[in-house]
Amino acid sequence: MKYGILIKEGPYNHQAADSAWKFIEAAKARGHEIIAVFFYNDGVINVTNKADPPQDDRNLQQIWSDLGKEGTEIWVCIAAAKRRGIDESTLSEHCVITGLGTLTDVALRADRMLTFGD
Amino acid sequence: MAEETEEIVKKFMHVMRRAPHGSIYTYEGLEMILIMAAFEQDITVVFVDDGVYSLVKKQETDGIGIKGFANTYRALDGYDVEKLYVDKTSMEERGLTEDDFIVDVEVKTSEEIGKLMQEQDVIVPH
Repeated sequence: MKYGILIKEGPYNHQAADSAWKFIEAAKARGHEIIAVFFYNDGVINVTNKADPPQDDRNLQQIWSDLGKEGTEIWVCIAAAKRRGIDESTLSEHCVITGLGTLTDVALRADRMLTFGD
Repeated sequence: MAEETEEIVKKFMHVMRRAPHGSIYTYEGLEMILIMAAFEQDITVVFVDDGVYSLVKKQETDGIGIKGFANTYRALDGYDVEKLYVDKTSMEERGLTEDDFIVDVEVKTSEEIGKLMQEQDVIVPH
């Protein structure tokens, strides 16, 4: 199954990003494909390169960047990002700023679109 | 948009669940609806729980310093987004009637909305 993932909440404040990550790990372990992760609303804060969480905590921003490095498309909505101070200079590596048309495209290519949010 | 998806049309349902102000979910949700409509997808919008408030006429947002956007619902028709459904229980629990809304909607029972959800390819909650 090809999954598209939409994340609508910021990291740490809410469990949505953690749940999405756990789902992605489990889905991949079962042979499913994650075609893209798209960040919207406060979810865009998942892809800032300015985050520096405590050493003994998980680093969600790093997790998304690493997933992008492995080849999964990591997209962030430009309008939502601009409102929240995410631009090319603050964007994590292997993540791409795009428009909501890309989310539409992901939904069209995926067998299932899953939303993680409040 | 990628070439291979140009011809595909899927059924998208957007579920508006929150009051129009107090959080950004409804506003950014509406932005998403407009973009997906521009990509000529088959869009349904349902209003449940406090989401029914976002359709109420004569909203005054000057006092909270936030731009009102209720009029944007009137523009949906121009994007061929005509399937606007309001959950009957949510509407009645809040003392509202169809006459209170800024656009024409169809009032449906929770069961009917549940059935519509089953027919969708993609459901996005806001």
